[in-house]
Amino acid sequence: MLTLTYPSKTWAHGLPAGGKLAALALATIALFALREPAHLALAALGAAGLVASGGGEFARASLRPLWMLWPFVAIVAAWHLWLRDPAGIAIILRMITAVALANFITMTTRLTDMIAVIEWLLRPFARVIPAARIALAIALTIRFIPVMLLRAGDLALAWRARSPASPRWRILPALTLSTLDDATRVAEALRARGGVD
Amino acid sequence: MEKSLTQIALFAALIAILGLIPKIDLISGVPITAQSLGVMLCGTVLGAKRGALSVLLFLALVAAGLPLLSGGRGGLGVFASPSVGYLIGFPIAAFIAGWVVQTWRAGVGLAAFAGAAIGGVVVLNIIGVLGMSVMLGKTLPEAALLAAPFLVGDSIKAVLAGLITQSIAKMRPDALLSRG
Repeated sequence: MLTLTYPSKTWAHGLPAGGKLAALALATIALFALREPAHLALAALGAAGLVASGGGEFARASLRPLWMLWPFVAIVAAWHLWLRDPAGIAIILRMITAVALANFITMTTRLTDMIAVIEWLLRPFARVIPAARIALAIALTIRFIPVMLLRAGDLALAWRARSPASPRWRILPALTLSTLDDATRVAEALRARGGVD
Repeated sequence: MEKSLTQIALFAALIAILGLIPKIDLISGVPITAQSLGVMLCGTVLGAKRGALSVLLFLALVAAGLPLLSGGRGGLGVFASPSVGYLIGFPIAAFIAGWVVQTWRAGVGLAAFAGAAIGGVVVLNIIGVLGMSVMLGKTLPEAALLAAPFLVGDSIKAVLAGLITQSIAKMRPDALLSRG
């Protein structure tokens, strides 16, 4: 399955994932402490510089996930223009900068490194949920997403073979049921191979 | 042990599938994403604890960089966006939905609908609105206006969660962990 990591290497790909995430957390907290539009504009420029440092192609790919913000930008802009309140500029700058910084970290960190950080963060809870179990659950979920996507497609085709109407929600009970049945079978298979500790 | 682990993992995959399936127009003409329906089902089928863990696993994969949210969104950016409240609300919604089905001894379909409505519509939207209010610097009523158009779709999903849970209770009475 595709991840959101940018495929070719930039300078930031080599940095340790834990450090990048800690820096992102600090940067986001700082961003929310800023109030002045001028300060936030500087922060936005900094984020733009960071994104541009990955090269032209990388910067273009970084812009794509920012599109999901346009309804929020439009609403805040319209609202504050109507009130003639300049605070809207600060809100929009902060929102875009925070998301752009977070995307930068996602695009420059491999999935396996991210999962390693998640497992490290969960280590204090090892008594409740052992790390091996978390790793197995993550692997099972990732493996079963394409399997179940195919299943959903098959169910929709089976429906279409019998009815001119589109299946809409009607395949969902079957999809949920097959998920439960798969879980039972995979659990039996795991136990037959020695089980989970 | 193995079974609860596989159920948590596979229902996390189910939430992803419901967000990825291209346009199952739940009701004709209204393309609403089924993702929060997946969250409701985690609670109503697996029960409070397993349901919430399943949603947390799904969110961990999203944060790790898989584009599993509806519309192919994912990564850390979505946790910095104004809709972060809904993501925080997802596991809570699943927990409440499951808790209602476990504690309220009404018919499965009715209890699942009530759980999905309380957890997946009321509580989820309250947390989502709180998130938008903080992230967009708006008062709560202003932020609530932004969420209002989605309430119709959310209510439909709560009805579907009730119906689907009921049909599972009929077909696999033992499998419904929320009533185990």
